[in-house]
Amino acid sequence: MHTPPRTRLAGTAALAALGLALAACGSDNSSAPAATDSSSTTTTDWSTAQSAEAGGGMEALVAAAKKEGTLNVIALPPSWANYAEIISTFKQKYGIKVNSENPDGASADEIHALKSTKGQSSAPDVVDVGNSYAISGAQDGLFAPYQVATWGDIPDGQKDTGGLWTSDYGGYISIGCNATKVQTCPKTIKELDNPAYKNMVALNGDPTESNSAFQGVWALALANGGSADDIQPGIDFVKKLNDEGIFNKTQVTPATVASGATPIVLDWDYLNVAEGTELAKKNQKWEVNDPADGLVSAYYAQAISRSAPHPAAARLWEEYLYSQDPDGGQNLWLKGYARPIELVAMQKAGTADKAALAKVPPVNDPNPFVPTQDQVTKATDTVTKNWSAAVAG
Amino acid sequence: VTDGHEAGGTGSTRSRRASLAWLGLTPFFTYVTLVFLVPIGFILFQAFRRTTTTGVTRDPVTQQFVKHSETSFTFANIQDSLEGIYRTSLVTSVKLSAITAILGAVFGVLLAAAVVSSSSQFLRQVVISAAAVTANFGGIPLAFLFIATLDANSGIVTIFLQDHLGISLQDDLHVELPELSGLCVVYLYFLIPLMVLVMAPALEGLKPQWAEAAENLGASRWTYWRLVAAPVLLPSFLGAVLLLFCSAFSAYATTYAINSSFPLITIRIDAVLSGNVLPGQENLGAALALLMIVVVLPLTVIYQLLQRRTSRWLA
Repeated sequence: MHTPPRTRLAGTAALAALGLALAACGSDNSSAPAATDSSSTTTTDWSTAQSAEAGGGMEALVAAAKKEGTLNVIALPPSWANYAEIISTFKQKYGIKVNSENPDGASADEIHALKSTKGQSSAPDVVDVGNSYAISGAQDGLFAPYQVATWGDIPDGQKDTGGLWTSDYGGYISIGCNATKVQTCPKTIKELDNPAYKNMVALNGDPTESNSAFQGVWALALANGGSADDIQPGIDFVKKLNDEGIFNKTQVTPATVASGATPIVLDWDYLNVAEGTELAKKNQKWEVNDPADGLVSAYYAQAISRSAPHPAAARLWEEYLYSQDPDGGQNLWLKGYARPIELVAMQKAGTADKAALAKVPPVNDPNPFVPTQDQVTKATDTVTKNWSAAVAG
Repeated sequence: VTDGHEAGGTGSTRSRRASLAWLGLTPFFTYVTLVFLVPIGFILFQAFRRTTTTGVTRDPVTQQFVKHSETSFTFANIQDSLEGIYRTSLVTSVKLSAITAILGAVFGVLLAAAVVSSSSQFLRQVVISAAAVTANFGGIPLAFLFIATLDANSGIVTIFLQDHLGISLQDDLHVELPELSGLCVVYLYFLIPLMVLVMAPALEGLKPQWAEAAENLGASRWTYWRLVAAPVLLPSFLGAVLLLFCSAFSAYATTYAINSSFPLITIRIDAVLSGNVLPGQENLGAALALLMIVVVLPLTVIYQLLQRRTSRWLA
């Protein structure tokens, strides 16, 4: 899912695969759903329950989850979208242990883990993946359908109609800029094309690998006559910036942001704002603007593993993440500067944390950019074909 | 553990010794099978398979999708891996590896020769130890070392050259860190020490008697090097070039941490196997890995032949 700076070395993947293969040899049967235990008063099989109500209500779900006692999560970096607090609050609230695997993993790693550790007690219960991985994972039959209590507050198009996946949090592509080093920070994408920004403008990663870079190229496209059907103007714009010496190819990390190696960075606004909080401690100002000429938002998606070793804990985790309570997942994501998927409903109901909301860059986006899966596939093909030539030399 | 000094054993002890020898090999054989043969077999198999989805239906009760797909043997992955960005990456990987292997070998062998012929034992030990450390220095720390020194905006060398000499590292000297020129510098940082480590023993293997014998027969220093030392060293030098090439060819983390858009085949494999944008392309990843094997395999064979040749004189 995420592409924060990674320290993976070549060969790690092969070793991991080997480890999984060895682990498979010793897989035990302790992964049978614990909720079917007949000593309990409830005999709900939570692994097939499609809502808390269908399984006997929230109280029964909490009881069953506590009985399981453990939740396996994967690829949730503690410094990303407030996940450290989200996990610790869940632990405190329900007394359930959380095993966090491979916190810096990518969406592909999560899907791979679901497939390769299926049936083991250490397999992930839930995943948090990019939208296209949620859609392909659902079609591969990896997820269990589940509708949280606040299902109605999640906008249509941001959830699978059958409940196999649900968007959870996201943000807009923003322009982060070191205002201590750059005289005038760019507020729109058009303004990036300025000789004063020589060697400064960077994307967060490679658009064929990092989703934020990919969506960044799409934002550049929208500002330059592109559309959901046409990402090419974004690639052309990068080529222009590259020819003019403005585009900076250095891989963005918190270290390059702090050292000034990457003074202007296109990235999700929640990551840029978090960067700003860190830089403020070093007396540097990191200004964040969501460019009005290229508003691209994207949301990650939650899904429960079809073969989750802790089916009740997995479902309770989802209820918690979509809860609009002050200590529920939706407001905790907001505290991490990310936009929770139920934000519009929360603002209407007055349940959104106002102090946290004030720190998120303001956006006026009445018609959000939501490309279809076919358009996404087409755009990835275009980027895969034309990107390396655009940034060559 | 068996030792071979009791040469004339009876038939029964001989057969027992044979079974023990077989036992001793087992861990090695298991290791090779698990980490080498099985993955290669997997890559070979996956590289030629592709699944095509023909249709998707949905069960209204369980909400699960049922995917109708066909998996067949095909050359499509290989074909894709030789086109567009993947072709560029293969070419760039080979180019970067070849340039750095040759430069690293030349600079490395000169440095090694200087060190070996030095009369200072202390200097020798310091250089060899430093080489052992820097040859194994890689990944994110190495990447950030160069970002901190050569980066266009904040590198200290860049700023020093600009402020004190009025020279632009990027525009005048054409060393751009995220490009081929800059990455060559980074690779040489660990390849030259590797060359020193590999070549120092070979250079030490040159017997002083050979030089003396040549001199007695009236050869000049140059003639000695041309007709005696160079031919003896050539196989190990060429072997070292191949070693450097393979080392550069498989490098990944450092380049990724400097410029993740740089077209290297190793970075492409990462993008399809472990990325966030391209779902369901694992077979293409296998095809790319196969290309790497195809490049490295003949080099390994040549390396083995050169090793045999080397051991004739420098055992």
